[in-house]
Amino acid sequence: MSEDWPLYEVFIRSRSGLEHKHVGSLHAADARMAIEHARDVYTRRQEGVSIWVLRSADIIASDPEEADALFEPARDKVYRHPTFYAIPEEVKNL
Amino acid sequence: MSARQQAAQERDPVQQAAHVRYVLRLADTSLVLGQRLGEWVGHAPALEEDLGLANLALDLIGQARLLLSYAGELEGRGRDEDALAFLRDAPEFANLTLAEQPNGDFGHTIVRQWLIDAWQLEIYQGLLMSADSRLGAIAAKALKETRYHHRFSSGWLIRLGDGTPESHDRVQAALGCLWRFTAELFAADDVDERMQAAAIAPALAELAPRWSARIDEDLAAATLRRPAAQPYPWHGRRGVHTEHLGHMLAEMQHLQRSYPGVQW
Repeated sequence: MSEDWPLYEVFIRSRSGLEHKHVGSLHAADARMAIEHARDVYTRRQEGVSIWVLRSADIIASDPEEADALFEPARDKVYRHPTFYAIPEEVKNL
Repeated sequence: MSARQQAAQERDPVQQAAHVRYVLRLADTSLVLGQRLGEWVGHAPALEEDLGLANLALDLIGQARLLLSYAGELEGRGRDEDALAFLRDAPEFANLTLAEQPNGDFGHTIVRQWLIDAWQLEIYQGLLMSADSRLGAIAAKALKETRYHHRFSSGWLIRLGDGTPESHDRVQAALGCLWRFTAELFAADDVDERMQAAAIAPALAELAPRWSARIDEDLAAATLRRPAAQPYPWHGRRGVHTEHLGHMLAEMQHLQRSYPGVQW
């Protein structure tokens, strides 16, 4: 049953050349079953060409309590965005 | 198939009837098994398995649609896939008797699925070389699906067989219950022999040992015993079914029979 199965995070690559993106999570007894479940749950509508799964417990996450210390200092440093360049008209898709 | 083959077949109504029958047998096995798996939707042990079984069901119903449409064209009596699926009675269905067996518990469903997956793997592989190119193309598509089906069902067979004492005993019991229906899988009759002679169908006698080897390999990994061969009174492919098919069809066909031609 699901309660007995550990949680896995699922990452799908939608096309060759693109990166894997986190799409959700699921329960599975082991890695093989996690891949099969990811295929059955998250690629039913041709969403992907490759699957990664990872035990949720193995993810090391930042602490929400530290969010201010980690992310606040970037807020007033707009000069880090490359938005002050004049872009030549000939350059597309920048 | 080519125009020349088509023309030759039209000259021989017995051959044409065998061809229709052969395609119907494949179609009905997929259709009936797909319908059975559909009964799990909303009832599987976990959300992930619910979707997994539904995916298998949809693959099988997709195969059935292609095969039924083709059978209807070969038959030439104006019956399309829906007419064949919803307006035939049980004795006209030609599925393997194994496919119509009730779901039982999850392990029972897995054993039934795994036995048929291993069979379809051999059949579809053999049909890739068919003289009937349409059938070969359908088999090529179905084979990819069936490889996943077998991965799914054999994976579960091994998990359950080599799992807890209870899961082991349950799948062993399911195997004992369903094994008798496997005698039908490779029992060739006149339809098979005609199709084989015309190079439309693979030789069942050559496929049987490969199926058997795959079954033994999976059973060994699952720590399950192969049951002894048993007498064989059912011939679903000839329309002689167990009582279960009629009940299943009553549910499957109810809407179309009550409201002929209904669409939504």
